[in-house]
Amino acid sequence: MTALLDVRDLVTVFPSGGRDLRAVDEVSFSVNRGEVLGLVGESGSGKSVTGFSLMGLVDAPGRIASGQILFDGDDLAKASPEAMRSLRGRRIAMVFQDPMMTLNPVLRIGTQMTETLHAHERIGKPEARARARDALAQVGIPSPEERLDAYPHEFSGGMRQRVAIAIALLHRPDLIIADEPTTALDVTIQSQIISEFQALTERQGTAVIWITHDLAIVSGLADRIAVMYGGRIVETGPIAEVLTAPKHPYTRGLIRSVPSENSRGARLAQIPGVTPSLAHMPQGCAFRSRCQRADAACAQRPGAYGSDSCWHRCFHPHEEALT
Amino acid sequence: MTLLSLEGITRRFGSTPDLAARIAIRLGAAKPPPVVQALDGVSLDIAEGEVVGLVGESGCGKSTLGRIAAGILPASEGTIRWKGRDRATLQGRARRDAELAAQMIFQNPMAALNPRMNVEALVAEAPQIHGMISGGKGAYVDDYLRKAGFDPEMKRRYPHQFSGGQRARANIARALAVQPEFLVCDESVAALDVSIQAQILNLFMDLREQLGLTYLFVSHDLGVVEHISDRVAIMYLGRIVEEAPVAEVFARPNHPYTQQLLAEVPRIRPGKRRFSAVKGELPSPLNPPKGCHFHPRCAFATERCRIEVPKMRQIAPGHRSACHLNDVA
Repeated sequence: MTALLDVRDLVTVFPSGGRDLRAVDEVSFSVNRGEVLGLVGESGSGKSVTGFSLMGLVDAPGRIASGQILFDGDDLAKASPEAMRSLRGRRIAMVFQDPMMTLNPVLRIGTQMTETLHAHERIGKPEARARARDALAQVGIPSPEERLDAYPHEFSGGMRQRVAIAIALLHRPDLIIADEPTTALDVTIQSQIISEFQALTERQGTAVIWITHDLAIVSGLADRIAVMYGGRIVETGPIAEVLTAPKHPYTRGLIRSVPSENSRGARLAQIPGVTPSLAHMPQGCAFRSRCQRADAACAQRPGAYGSDSCWHRCFHPHEEALT
Repeated sequence: MTLLSLEGITRRFGSTPDLAARIAIRLGAAKPPPVVQALDGVSLDIAEGEVVGLVGESGCGKSTLGRIAAGILPASEGTIRWKGRDRATLQGRARRDAELAAQMIFQNPMAALNPRMNVEALVAEAPQIHGMISGGKGAYVDDYLRKAGFDPEMKRRYPHQFSGGQRARANIARALAVQPEFLVCDESVAALDVSIQAQILNLFMDLREQLGLTYLFVSHDLGVVEHISDRVAIMYLGRIVEEAPVAEVFARPNHPYTQQLLAEVPRIRPGKRRFSAVKGELPSPLNPPKGCHFHPRCAFATERCRIEVPKMRQIAPGHRSACHLNDVA
């Protein structure tokens, strides 16, 4: 089976001070139909820019410099703006962190939803409205018929995110890119939204790229995980393998720095230093300035070691499982 | 020994109507302005050297309680005792000392640090005004910057030149510089990346040991609270619903809200699972439900829960909970 999405050596650059800074640096991954990929990283790791690159939403002067984004066989990196427009919202949809920014504050929810439908399909107004109402009901919004006439500010944060998800799912896309969709929400609301999102995408067979900094969410949601640092994927593989026996020192440090029931009262393992800015990224392995295992070899760029589906970029990987 | 004791704290927010509006209300021509009951008779004791975690969802009043404990917001009703003495009755030097001894560390250091002052000036400002620095300020500031893990070499720089983690450290140094005994941390690590968050949490633990600090740690992140606290208080819509030592509350949560909240603690456990959740949303504090505030979302609610406000009762040593279900057993 060929993958639904196959990203190969994607490079997205932002020109600054006379040179191109690589926000996404030779990133390769693939997503199968119906699969959930967790794309994990801290701020500045390039995870969101990767998502925007897939959608063709990188703002100028930023641009995709090289690489391929094969979606169902077509290379999106070379697709025309018209082709991207017809794809976006219909076959690939995105859910953002802040629904207040994606929803138009002066249009009723119903208008915004039917607008999305009319953009890609020739359907009558009553039918569009009925579909919008059903979509709202699906994401658990009470009295959807009345809520179609409400404005975004009349919804709570959690309800607004549900609306954004309902819009993303309107055309039953093949792929949804969810960029930190629950980060701004309370834990109980977060769980509600994830559970509905999970049920809907499973039922429709939608593939998901879930972009987040939260390893705990990804651990229960994703089939596979890709960990980003300094614009590169440093480790990827099936979720259980990567989380129980992480090979890359960064993945390991990240997992161990999350407070857990076992760490009560004890000191947390910490990664020394801070993420370097794009302009000052070390040559070779980007993590070597913070890595305790780094030596002279790390000044070279590490390749991808391991199998096709589970690999890491480190010259000195950990072999033992995490305790 | 109890360092800070909050007793029956109530806090209301709302506009005070002017004369014309008051007349209009009296004549029935206008409705009285809405009042938000942010805190409703909250009591909490904090012992010396203790770390108390205050947990709840947005809008439950945890930040308001934190601000009242830190002394930067007055309570509408209730008594606050500092080392056994009513803080409202303190005068002169005793009052100043009590106020300086309680400091607050805010969520967003960029908003808490004046962008036009460099780090040295920011840290030195308060202790200079209060006459705590004798001689040059340089050594004094360096000392506190080092305590917070901030390189004193960089103290001439301005807040915007630092990363989030360094700003958090500068902010901590600023609070420490007036030699407090009690720190209120209001979501102090919420905005930080995981790897930086671990550094700052370790710093809080180190400082507690070195300086014998007491913390009130306000957070929505149960993982963080579980890690750092000795005791946890759980708030729902302006009331504390449960309070217990941290191990006890995570092992034997009593209140239905606590039970549901703890079920949602995100943990790193590989393997797909079904996410499920508390039904419904947090009601508006403008118009809270009668009786137990949690009853509309509670699976065990009875008729009594809709009418009568449950009282805080001891259910095990050091473990208090406000739920009618405890009366049946």
